[in-house]
Amino acid sequence: MALQQTVGKRVGMTALAWIVGFLIFFPILWTFLTSFKSELDAFSLPPKFLFFHWTTENYAEVQSRSDYFSFAWNSIILSVGANLVGLIVGVPAAWSMAFAPTKRTKDLLLWMLSTKMMPGVGVFAAVYFIFQYLGLLDNRIGIGFLLFMANLPILIWMLYTYFKEIPVDILEAARMDGASLVNEIIYVLTPMAIPGIASTLLLCIILSWNEAFWTLNLTTSHAAPLTAFIASYSSPEGLFWAKLSAASTLAIAPILVLGWFCQKQLVRGLTFGAVK
Amino acid sequence: MKVLMKSLLGACALAGFSLSAYAETLTIATVNNGDMIRMQKLTDDFTAKNPDIKLNWVTLEENTLRQKVTTDIATKGGQFDVLTIGTYEVPIWGKKGWLVPLDNLGADYDVDDLLPAIRSGLTVDGKLFAAPFYGESSMVMYRKDLMDKAGLKMPDAPTWTFIKEAADKMTDKAAGVYGICLRGKAGWGENMAFLSATANSFGARWFDEKWNAQFNTPEWKATLDYYVPLMKADGPPGASSNGFNENLALFNDGKCGMWIDATVAASFVSDPKQSKVADKVGFALAPDNGLGKRGNWLWAWSLAIPAGSKKTADAEKFVSWATSKHYTEVVAGKEGWANVPPGTRTSLYKNADYLKAAPFAQMTLDSIDAADPTHPTVKPVPYTGVQFVAIPEFQGIATNVGQQFSAALAGTETVDAALAAAQASTESAMKKAGYVK
Repeated sequence: MALQQTVGKRVGMTALAWIVGFLIFFPILWTFLTSFKSELDAFSLPPKFLFFHWTTENYAEVQSRSDYFSFAWNSIILSVGANLVGLIVGVPAAWSMAFAPTKRTKDLLLWMLSTKMMPGVGVFAAVYFIFQYLGLLDNRIGIGFLLFMANLPILIWMLYTYFKEIPVDILEAARMDGASLVNEIIYVLTPMAIPGIASTLLLCIILSWNEAFWTLNLTTSHAAPLTAFIASYSSPEGLFWAKLSAASTLAIAPILVLGWFCQKQLVRGLTFGAVK
Repeated sequence: MKVLMKSLLGACALAGFSLSAYAETLTIATVNNGDMIRMQKLTDDFTAKNPDIKLNWVTLEENTLRQKVTTDIATKGGQFDVLTIGTYEVPIWGKKGWLVPLDNLGADYDVDDLLPAIRSGLTVDGKLFAAPFYGESSMVMYRKDLMDKAGLKMPDAPTWTFIKEAADKMTDKAAGVYGICLRGKAGWGENMAFLSATANSFGARWFDEKWNAQFNTPEWKATLDYYVPLMKADGPPGASSNGFNENLALFNDGKCGMWIDATVAASFVSDPKQSKVADKVGFALAPDNGLGKRGNWLWAWSLAIPAGSKKTADAEKFVSWATSKHYTEVVAGKEGWANVPPGTRTSLYKNADYLKAAPFAQMTLDSIDAADPTHPTVKPVPYTGVQFVAIPEFQGIATNVGQQFSAALAGTETVDAALAAAQASTESAMKKAGYVK
């Protein structure tokens, strides 16, 4: 009886998990399917799910209209570059907050998080003028710096929570053995925190990859990432859903593949310390 | 590390310098409509003649483009050398001195060939501030087969009364056919474009000569008392959220008897690749009410040079090429006459090849000729613009009004309440902006 109940519960939970997973994945699947439809099929009512005339014309059109690789290259440079720099700043910062806290550490952490509470558009005019004055409009360094700063609070917060899970005793033991501060961070702390650092980096890369407000407003062509590429395919006059879907599929493909490869690290990182 | 950075920076600067010594790069901001995308593919003709000029395209969706170029020009950002802007921006920006007057378009440009209605919309104080790339108006598109079934014949120049009668007879809700599809989605460029143009034909105006809002006049009430019941009786369900694209999809799917919208739609609804009713479509002028004004608008996507550009001479060369008679021949040679950008030059409408290839050409020309941006409606007005008022505050004001009218269509508000709210919000905005003391 008890066994039956657990089996029933497990089947139910599994089914529920699959349903929730499918619901979350559905928009991506739908975008993918739409990208292979003709514009007319993309708009048809009732919607056609699988039985339509499959075509790759949208991908051909998107390729001929814009230089996908230039946009993709900018996306990679900006999201990876900004967050690698973020780690260089974030790891020592999170170390000091986790292992050498002061009275003000909690306040500092909360203050950092509070900077994320203001909508970007609130400071848009100021940032735009600063960028214009410094000649950073449509410049990779400029927009990269902004993405780095925008993600820094999240990056430090995540690293801080991972570092807090590491027993201080291990670090103390290393110190007893005469490890310097730098050696302690590089040889003791980092290897233990690799899953946490990896998942933090990955999450921040995804956030930067999808960042649309600043990248759309502060770049035009040289530094424009894939968000600008997608923005050129919607249209208030004329059918565009199939082409827009093809552009979106191309834009999310790299990050999706990266996500699949790092799934293990990501899950391990996100649930790190949860079982304790 | 420092040395490495310095040498890298130096190398970059050198590379940049050596490139710019060979070619000047023009950054061109364009909207992503079919005609503009075609132009990008045909620029070899320009670069072959001007090997010292390189072109860098920034193609964006209309609303994103408007936001970007407005930010850029208002702050003198200087990111663009050529802008694609509409008839709404040109009078405002021209007056502010944000655009370079186009005086040197070349000897064979033939400015007088530009359609007078379009040219007057792009001229401020006698100076042309933008060159039209393609122009459009609005007209009636209808299903010939449904019209026959209803036992009616669409006149070339229908009245609003006839449209109502035809819509009533064509509607067959059981079969999913709605007599008329019109814009209902709120927005200054959405339902307000259609309703402002329609209101002109009912004798209404946005402002009197002293900039007083006019929504409390009988003409505006007559406009909405026509539009709202018509759409409730013969329109598709959920019409208050339909814009151009939604109506295009409905029409192409065979669900609309008539659709009154931009002339550019003519090429979409008659294209068998995207329309199920391509061979059954007829065209007619936008309707009127016997007051001497038709309910059609006027718009031209045009090329202009921002005052912040440092490459004015080269930019003007490009603008001249893209809007010249020669360019239409380049398009015709490579892609056929039907794909030539319409609505800018008189000579195009005298070209026998074009008239043969584009069955909707005469209707487009007549519609454009029937619109006058300086005298858009029956009574005199202090503004330019047919379906808009060319003042910077208009986008905000008209979007508010559009929300009220959309609510009236959705049935969450009465027509009278919507008009009263529109009057109140417009009055207060105009007072704040200092037009009315």
